Parts: sequence; C-alpha cells; structure tokens
Amino acid sequence: MGASVPAYLPNLSTAPCGWSMMASLCLKLPASGAATLWKDRRSNMTEPVLTLSGISKSFPGVRALHDVSLELYAGEVTALIGENGAGKSTLVKILTGIYQPDAGEIRRNGQAIQLPTAHSASEHGITAIHQETVLFDELSVAENIYLGHAPRNRFGMIDWKKMRHEAQLTLDSMAAGIDAGAPLKELGIAKKHLVAVARALSVDAQVVIMDEPTAALSQKEIEDLYVLIELLKEDRKAILFISHKFDEIYRIADRYTVFRDGEMVGKGLIKETPQSDIVRMMVGRSVDQIFPKRETAIGETVLEVSGLSHPTEFHDVSFAVRKGEILGFYGLVGAGRSEVMQAIFGMTRPSSGAMVLDGKTIAPRSPADAVEVGIVYVPEERGKQGVITGEPIFKNVSLPSLGKTSRSGFLRMAEEFSLSRTYTERLDLRASSLSQNVSTLSGGNQQKVVIAKWLATLPKVIILDEPTKGIDIGSKAAVHEFMGELVAQGLSVIMVSSELPEVLGMSDRVVVMREGLVVDTLVNDGLAPETLVRLAAGIVEEQAA
Amino acid sequence: MTDLASTGRRLPDRLDNPLKSAVMSWESLLVLVALGIFIANSFASPYFLNAWSLSDLTFNFAEKGLIALAMALVIITGEIDLSVASIIALASTLMGLALQYGADTPTLVAVGVGVGILCGAFNGWLVTGLKLPSIVVTIGTMSLFRGVAFIILGDQSFKGYPKDFAWFGQGYVWWVISFELVLFLVAAVVFYILLHRTNFGRRVYAIGNNPTAAQFSGVRVDRIKFVLFCLTGLMSGIAAVLLTARLGSTRPSIAQGFELDVITMVVLGGVSILGGAGSIIGVVLAALIIGLVTLGLGLLNVPGIVMSIFTGTLLIVVIALPILWRMMRERRA
Repeated sequence: MGASVPAYLPNLSTAPCGWSMMASLCLKLPASGAATLWKDRRSNMTEPVLTLSGISKSFPGVRALHDVSLELYAGEVTALIGENGAGKSTLVKILTGIYQPDAGEIRRNGQAIQLPTAHSASEHGITAIHQETVLFDELSVAENIYLGHAPRNRFGMIDWKKMRHEAQLTLDSMAAGIDAGAPLKELGIAKKHLVAVARALSVDAQVVIMDEPTAALSQKEIEDLYVLIELLKEDRKAILFISHKFDEIYRIADRYTVFRDGEMVGKGLIKETPQSDIVRMMVGRSVDQIFPKRETAIGETVLEVSGLSHPTEFHDVSFAVRKGEILGFYGLVGAGRSEVMQAIFGMTRPSSGAMVLDGKTIAPRSPADAVEVGIVYVPEERGKQGVITGEPIFKNVSLPSLGKTSRSGFLRMAEEFSLSRTYTERLDLRASSLSQNVSTLSGGNQQKVVIAKWLATLPKVIILDEPTKGIDIGSKAAVHEFMGELVAQGLSVIMVSSELPEVLGMSDRVVVMREGLVVDTLVNDGLAPETLVRLAAGIVEEQAA
Repeated sequence: MTDLASTGRRLPDRLDNPLKSAVMSWESLLVLVALGIFIANSFASPYFLNAWSLSDLTFNFAEKGLIALAMALVIITGEIDLSVASIIALASTLMGLALQYGADTPTLVAVGVGVGILCGAFNGWLVTGLKLPSIVVTIGTMSLFRGVAFIILGDQSFKGYPKDFAWFGQGYVWWVISFELVLFLVAAVVFYILLHRTNFGRRVYAIGNNPTAAQFSGVRVDRIKFVLFCLTGLMSGIAAVLLTARLGSTRPSIAQGFELDVITMVVLGGVSILGGAGSIIGVVLAALIIGLVTLGLGLLNVPGIVMSIFTGTLLIVVIALPILWRMMRERRA
C-alpha cells in the first residue's frame, strides 16, 4: 500500500489518521517547502555519506554479520529491515563504536574511518536514538541534550544559561513543547525521544540511527516523529531507520537494505519495490500478513469489571469479556490501559470497583492471587517483567506451575521438562534446547516462552499487553494464530495493543480508552481505523474548538 | 541433531553434558584450592596432620558457616543481611540475662534461637513491609541490636553458664567429631535440599534473577524474602548459642566483625553478590577453605591481622582469576 507515492511526500492514503495533526505541526516548521527538498535530493543522489563494506562480526558460536554492506545518503532515510536476529542490532553497535568489526571498512564521505569507542563515533557525527532511549533520568532536559558537548564560558566552566537557552531554541524549533529546564524523568517515552532527536540536532550529527524509535509510541506520537524525521531530512542528515513495521517504512523511507541471518540480501529504492518483495527477502519465504480468520462461538460473560478506579491512573472503568472472545483495548500510550490490566492482575490495588469472575467476586491482592483464580497477564515489558532473564526456558515455563510439577514441595525436573515441552512446542518455539537461557532468545521467542508459561497454568482469562511489540514478522504471525486457537478452546483474551491493524484484525470488540477513562466499547464489525484514532485522541472536540 | 524436516520437532532437555559442566564449575575450582591449601598446610606445620588439630578446624568455621548457609539464600535473592553479628550479640546478651534469672539449659537455647528469629523477622518486616533497601535496614539494625546489648551489659560480662550448656560449643559427638561440625553438616544438607531441590529454592533463584518478572509470574516475592530474613535470624540465634557455649561468657563485643567473614564465605563460594546465582556446595567449600587458612596460619603463629589480610587477598584473587582468564582468552581470540 502507498508504494506508488514518494515516501518523502506526505501521503494521505497511508495516513488516514492524524493527517490533520501532522499538518498543524508542519505549519510550525521552517518554511522550506518540498521543492527545495526535491532539488537537494537530486543533486546528492550519488555519493553516500557513510559506506560500510565487507563488514563481518562473529561472537563465540554465532556469526552475527557476514560480509554486509550498507550506504547512507544525506537527506534520505534508509530503512534497515530484517527479522529479529538478522544482525541489525550488531550493525548499530558497530556504527556506534560499541563493537569492533572483525573485517570490513567504514567510509565517511569517501575516507576510511575507525570507530574504536562510542566517543569516536559521535566525533564522526554518528548518533543513535534507541528503542529504549539511553538518556539520564536524573539530569535536566538541557543537560541531556548537551551532555559531553556543553557550551563553555571563558573560564572553561559550563555555561548553564547558554546551554539552557540553546536547548530551548532547539526544542522550540521542533515544536516539542518541552521545558529545557525540566528533569528528564518527568517526561514520557515519546517526549524522551524528542529530547534524543534534539540531542542529535545539537551535536551536528550527520548520521542519525533510529533503532525502532516507534516501538513504544502511540499513533499520534508516531505522526509527530515522522514530522521530525522530515525536519532531519531537510537538515541533510543521513538517517538509518530500523523498524518492523512496513507501513512506517513505506511512509518515510527512501531506500531499504534487507538483512537475513547476518547477510545483506537486498537493497534498493522503496518506491520501486513492492512490499511483498521485501517481505520475501526478509524471511526467505512469502508470508501472509493476513490475520487468521476464525469461527468461534462467543459464550457467557467470564470476567466482569465494574467501576474500577485508581487514585491517579484510571477512573470508573467497566467492561466485560466473554468466553471465546478477544477483547481489544485501544488507546494512546498513557491512556491507562496497562494500569487497568495490572490492577486486575493484582499488581496494583484499585481504590474502588468490583471484579466478578465466573459469578464470583474476586479481589486479587497479588499476581499470585490472580493466577490462582485463573487470570494471567503477559506484560508489555518482556525483558523486565515477562521472562526471568538468566534462567533457562524450562524454569521460566514451570515457575507458576511448580505446584503442579512438584511433589509435596520437592522439584521433579522430568515433569518440568515435559510440561515445558508440551507448551513451547504448541507455540513453535525456536530454541536449541529447553535448557537454553531465555536471554539468548530473540524477542519473539521470549514472548512465546511467556505465553507458554501462562498456558501451562490453564487460565480462564489471558491478558496480553502489546503482545507483538518489537517482535519479528514470523513470530508475530505465530502469536496471532495462537490467539485464535486460544479463544477457539474457550479462553477469554484481553489484548491491549497500540497497533491498529492488530486491534482491527484480531478483536471481536474494542474498548477505547483515553486519559484513564473508557471512551467507548465498539463491536468490531468492519470498524474503521479513523473511528478508533479519533476516539482515542479526542480529535472531534479539538477540531470543533 | 534432530531432523528439522520431520514434522515432530522435539526440543531436547539440554545440550551440555552435565558431567562436563560439573567439572568446569566454580565448585571444582574451590575443591582444588582447598586441596592446595591442605597440602601447603601439611608441609608448613608438623602439627597440622593430626586428628585433634583438624578437629579444631571445625570451630573456626562452623558458627559462621551456619549463618553463611542462610545468608547465601538471602544474597541469591539480591538482598543482604549485615546485622547477623549483632543478632548474635543481642541473643547472647539476652541468654546471659535469662541466666541471671536462673534459666536452665533448654530455656537458654530457646531464648537464643527465639531472639534470633525475632530479630530476623524485624529485618524482614522493614524490608518487605516498609519496602526499605535491605543494606540500609541491616546497617541500622546492626547498630541497633548491638546497641541494646551494650545498654544491658555496659562493660560487664555474663559468666557461669551451666556445664551441659557448654557442651553445645565444646562437646564431641564421637571421638574428634564435634557437635558444631555435625550441626553444620546437617544444616548444609537441609539447606542444599531447600535451595536445590524444592519449589522454594527455585523461586529464590527466580527472585534473584529478576524480582519484577518473578512477581509478575505469581511468585510471592515479599513472603519469600521475609522467610529468608527470619532464616538468617534463626541461624544467627543458633550461632549465638554455639558461640556463647564455646566461650562460656557473653560480652557486648561478642562476634564483632562476623558479618564480613560470613559474606566472604558466601561470595567466595560463588554466590553472585548481584543475586541469582550460587550453590550451597560452593558455600560449604568456601567455609572449609577459610577454616583451613585460619588453622594453618594459626599453627604458624601468624597474628590475626595478617590472617585477615590473607583472607581478603584470597577472596580477591579467587574472584579475579576467572575474569582474568576470560579476558586473556578474549584477547587471544
């Protein structure tokens, strides 16, 4: 979709939501229209700013990269595409001076350069914006922007006044709406990304690497980020954009490079390449991105939540989920969806409200209580909350089911292995053995371990919080297909998701939340994406005003 | 390898040979170190290879070793208890106080063990109930418990413990096998089973590796941590009984500095100070090594301060060796 329109032009067809927001933001940009952009692009098409050639990197037992090449051009966005484990992160670490390549050459404007340290990478004008932003929570926004290159006064001391002033100028030029003096910890993830972009602008970086910058952002925030990327392009930065999401890639990238299993398998211009070709290069096979169709009989109400409130996070949340139903929860980041789910799971205590499961009132005071009654939660932050990193697969899977696998409190390893095997094989887990450490698995396979862990407890309600965030397309399809199987077996699924196609493709009904309130509950019967986005962002009111 | 083309793809339980990983483990290294020190000792002193000398060895580590067993579990969960030596002081003082009121031996033991558990429960409540960091809590109670002991005792001391009470610290079960050694070995087996063979132990590791994810997996993290602080309290109470019985008197400065020796044993035993890893066998071996070093240097009339220099150096060397080895291997690769 949208491949026929040049990616750098605002594309109405792929931006059904939020175009009005984007336009309003565009007005705040310096006036240098698309015409100049066009001209600049033509004149500089040929010479890459940064060239990587023949790069190889191995770790004990793993060949991460083999003879890969990559070119980045000024004023263009190059998308780096590949499944998890394809070598994208390794390449980013080489570019930012964290890893040293075993072989190969990096050229900057035609001259060979070495990047032995992170500092040398930034000296060569290479900066990175990471998925989980690497900034300092305890410092102010201005300090974060100017860390390592703060303006000095004539005594060689940091010129705080100037630093704050210039930081504010940069932020204002981006229409970020952030106070440079505020402590960073007070900002949300989207605003932190803006700070990282401001930092990239302030160091005068020529090469900006964006490693899945949209993974934690809501649709509206993503739109804002696109505007910023346009700003960076206009500023003649060469941008390396890493993403799993094809709509994003087709929206903003000019070029692409595809990695598979540590090798470069294709590159070219986005507008000349159909999406299906790139998917084929990426997975080495063709994958249908179609969501599994399923025929399920939706039964009785299983879990009913009424008037659930929390002092700060949400208020008067009511909904019901039925047997065999997938109930989607859509909303912007910060709408309070995860907080509601964590209250149901017993992580936080609601201040009022009631929960009824199978006709019985429940009030879980801890996750252990929730698991006992049959409610389980697959958290959004896989690494922090989902898997026990440092422990093998089978110990992760059996942890909540130890009561079943053990005999009077004593472990029975054989039972644990067989339990883990049953559930991980159902999810088609890719691993070398059940004793493999989960931290060595890709994001998608870690997610499968978390889901397997919960299925083994035979739950009644499974809550999935952003179940496919940051996982590769193959695992994504596996998770979606599995959700279909779960409801077919009579489970109730609550799915919190910020990805519109996922919400629309999987849910039977959709609850939309905004600022801690349930705005509406809609039956997904040909639901239009615009409807959800409007409800979630409260756009109707804004336009009327 | 399994045939990937076949439909039933079966994940093996494990790939590593368990025997090979056992040989390459930290515990094997500790066995070698222990043997090395044993051999060095037998050359250095003619008095070393003697049943009674070796029996004396057990008194050097049994009391601290008992606490180290419980401390290992606390450290594996990512917490720490620095108040153990002060618990001994308070428990011993209150035993002495009970003695003044004419308590018999069973009552004395009950007082010592009971005070230990109560002190541990107090630590556990502060850490899990009030969500305070354990290092701060136990630095506080370290001063608090010993402070109470000082108030009760001043510069006095309690003496005159009954003969049958002294047996706990000085008695032999059979020939040169002391009661302390037997108790330590029994406790080691109990703790081995608890940590490595039960659901409880599995959850302890899970908490240490990732407390948030453990909580999210339905592990009752606070309950387990509370139990562990009670356990270190209990073991400190038992150590207080043994130490008081062995010394035959209580001073407020009793067991001063024990907590560092206990933590040294735990860390030397291969327990990660960051939590999540370690084994009881390692801690037992480390306790034995420290006992061997102390006895060997004692037989050579080396003063105590030099001994602590030696133990400190040993700790750093043993911990640095594998890291240096890995660094050298990486440089060559």
